[in-house]
Amino acid sequence: MAALTYLTKAGGFWLLGHVDPSDRLEAGLSVLPGAIIVAIVGPELVAGGPTAWLGGATVVLLTRKTGSLLAALVGGMGVVVLSRAVI
Amino acid sequence: MARDTDGGEPAVTGDADGGDTVLAGGADGGVTFSTAGLREGFVRCLPVAAGIGGYGVAFGMVAARQGLSTAEATLMSATVFAGAAQLIAVELWADPIPIAAVLTTTAVVNARYVLMGAALRPWFARLSIRESYGSVFFLIDETWALTMGELTDGNGRGAFLVGSGIAAWLFWVGATALGANVGAAIRDPSRYGLDFVLTAVFLAIATQLWEGKSTLLPWAVALVVAVVAAGALPGRWYILAGGVAGSLVEVARVGR
Repeated sequence: MAALTYLTKAGGFWLLGHVDPSDRLEAGLSVLPGAIIVAIVGPELVAGGPTAWLGGATVVLLTRKTGSLLAALVGGMGVVVLSRAVI
Repeated sequence: MARDTDGGEPAVTGDADGGDTVLAGGADGGVTFSTAGLREGFVRCLPVAAGIGGYGVAFGMVAARQGLSTAEATLMSATVFAGAAQLIAVELWADPIPIAAVLTTTAVVNARYVLMGAALRPWFARLSIRESYGSVFFLIDETWALTMGELTDGNGRGAFLVGSGIAAWLFWVGATALGANVGAAIRDPSRYGLDFVLTAVFLAIATQLWEGKSTLLPWAVALVVAVVAAGALPGRWYILAGGVAGSLVEVARVGR
């Protein structure tokens, strides 16, 4: 994993001596991390039920409002724990 | 990602370098590799690195919950040094480790680094092999964005990436060890909602990656494909299926 990660980091630097990446390739690569994260979280939220949905909504809201990971995590986990106790 | 980093107005240098050219030219003047550049990168990255530390603690806790020891989690952070890929890797972790899924997903998640490394070429091509190939280990989203901003300003501080990378690396590795210790000490994770940490971290990252309406289509496709594939494919391959499908939609959209 370490070697592979380094290869991706050094690969582009090396490769540019040889080819020019197109706009389409660049666009596709730039949405890839987000799309993968959505693909991870989506099925988990579907399986997680209402408590996970409430917690997830809290995380998104707090991230947008505060921009703080800590606030979002603490808030989201709090809502999950509370809603599990209630529902 | 690649285009919105040089937020400031282009400096009036009389040298028209086309403004937004990430991949072409722009390396006017010399590029140095100095202690001053290293220190500048380190200091400028410190606030960002503190934020990275937050993700590091979360990663350590998740890794501990997935059965990695503190030493294993810390070693992974020290050698891999790629947040999203590590989080996804420990998400996939199982006994035995699904090596093919972990490596394939790592490569796909890290594919953006290929472009980021390529964007550094106009400046880094002027450094020695040792300096440039040593520097790119410290390439992550945050240090890349800072470094591109610095280099497009025309300062020519070639060591900036290493300096900012060292700051980020110290926080990332230290926070991983801390999080893994805390995570390992907690007996019943679900009682504190800790089983929700990974989902929450990914949601927070996704919220920050959201770029408005243009993101909607690829993400919607990724979501639908992943949910459908989760029922149809064995193991965790639905992650790759969803992610690649979303990316392909974007490629088709831009191509039109």
